[in-house]
Amino acid sequence: MQLTDTEKAMRDGASGPAVARAMDLLIRYGKALGAERLVETRNVAGAFNASTPSVRDLARQGMDKVFSELNLDSDEEVEVPRMAVPTCQLITGIDMDNHALQGADPELVEMQRQNEKYLGKRGVNMMCTCTPYQVGNVPVKGEHCAWMESSAVIYCNSVLGARTNVEGKESTGAAGLTGRIPYWGLHDPANRRANRLIRVETEVDDMADWGVLGYFTGFEVEENRPAFDGLTHLPDLVKLKHFGAAAASSGGVEMYHMPGITPEAPSMDAAFGGTERPEAIVFDEAAKRRTWARLQNATDRKLDFVMLGCPHNSIEQMSLVAELLEGRKIHPDTALWVHTPRAIRQIADRSGYTDVIRAAGGEVMSDTCPSISRRLPKGVRVIATDSAKQAHYLPAIAKVQGWFGSVRQCVDSAVAGEWLGVVQ
Amino acid sequence: MTETKARTITLHGRTVVGGKASATALVTTQTISGWGGINERDGSVIELHHELNGQSFAGKVLVFPGAKGSSGWSAYFHMCRLNGTAPAAMIFTRMTTKIALGAVVTRVPTVTDLDGDPFELIETGDLVEVDADTGKVTITKSRD
Repeated sequence: MQLTDTEKAMRDGASGPAVARAMDLLIRYGKALGAERLVETRNVAGAFNASTPSVRDLARQGMDKVFSELNLDSDEEVEVPRMAVPTCQLITGIDMDNHALQGADPELVEMQRQNEKYLGKRGVNMMCTCTPYQVGNVPVKGEHCAWMESSAVIYCNSVLGARTNVEGKESTGAAGLTGRIPYWGLHDPANRRANRLIRVETEVDDMADWGVLGYFTGFEVEENRPAFDGLTHLPDLVKLKHFGAAAASSGGVEMYHMPGITPEAPSMDAAFGGTERPEAIVFDEAAKRRTWARLQNATDRKLDFVMLGCPHNSIEQMSLVAELLEGRKIHPDTALWVHTPRAIRQIADRSGYTDVIRAAGGEVMSDTCPSISRRLPKGVRVIATDSAKQAHYLPAIAKVQGWFGSVRQCVDSAVAGEWLGVVQ
Repeated sequence: MTETKARTITLHGRTVVGGKASATALVTTQTISGWGGINERDGSVIELHHELNGQSFAGKVLVFPGAKGSSGWSAYFHMCRLNGTAPAAMIFTRMTTKIALGAVVTRVPTVTDLDGDPFELIETGDLVEVDADTGKVTITKSRD
């Protein structure tokens, strides 16, 4: 692999042992990929948190030990300096305000508290959300990033036109300290063109529709790059957030094009970059119904838990949930948790939305989600969610039954204490 | 690809992570998830409906198409190494950032781009010697 003089100096220790370990990892990783070089990045989103039982033994040896081992793959414990480039923390395992409600072990809460301080001192911005692009980290078109979190990666590439592969804990740690990441995959414009075509022949309008189209897409194209034809409604941030999260869950989609909507596809020809278009995969009313049914992993209608906010809710979604719950009471046997980034929670608090949701018997949660934390209210057997991604993961992770529906169906069902959604 | 006595097969591929290991093979044609797909405490596959569900790759030569799912892939295989439950070696066919980083931090001999189809030529239980320094894979069939 070709290295610049600056990169060679970092490898050889000119910027200290932590940066040397980081560069060593990036070289090993780049060689494994077959990358020819590294690329500069000034935008890193990773997982540096210490909030799980498996980290506890390492954490007893200190937070430098945790970062050295888990974020740099270094046997040697190195003193970790301030990040070289802007770096943020993605979702964590514990809600630092609602850990008691989550039932989190106090020892782990304390560990995360210490870890937040440690990371903050090193310039890691504690956004603590799966949606950094909702709280100020919005890369520009063409910007090289090093992001983890499949739903954020697909948004970064497709909606923002910035460039990132799906990175991991170790590569984001190394990228934060060096401002480098292997130039491979989606960093190269030649690898960003569409190679699958999906023709939409049914209405895709509300958020649930977009989630269903995304879930269908992932199964159909796996890790390929689809372009979409026949869309009748313009999506917004929330709809594309849900669409992408679903496509990255049922498949491994990291990039898509919607001609006229997403930035790298002013036209269908541009999406395919002059290459021949493949035969279209059709998303029609029957496919929509089939995919909707595939998201229902429940038979019992009595509902214990409603999960909203996967990926984390925008402020508009918080406003909508509050509007739907205004003056109503959630059924005493059903819990409702609404998840949003802590930065958006501040706005929800100040706007009175949190009060409305809590007055109805719901809770506003931040920093985590039930799939990541593996914590749900006690005794939950049947859940409902407005997220195709959460409907995909949570039943498997928490061994519960899961319903999927629109946000309105979820809220109405929470009030009724039973699933009112349509079983198609 | 060379075949001798019909019981030993030699393949050549590209080094992903160097080193040498020899162990029995565990073969799947299905990709594996890290986060949510394996138990890092015993190296077993836990994904519902996966053909390896309940089986452990600890100490085996894991032959599989590659990684899928969450960006936590490398972190979970990394944890397997720390817990002593990692595969002895890995052979895979589809390159992604998840599998590349995962193999690097698992630190076991790993090869890809073999000059023969590993799913045709390797069965679970075969003895497989992976010399990832040279990219050479030697398969001794457990049955004819």
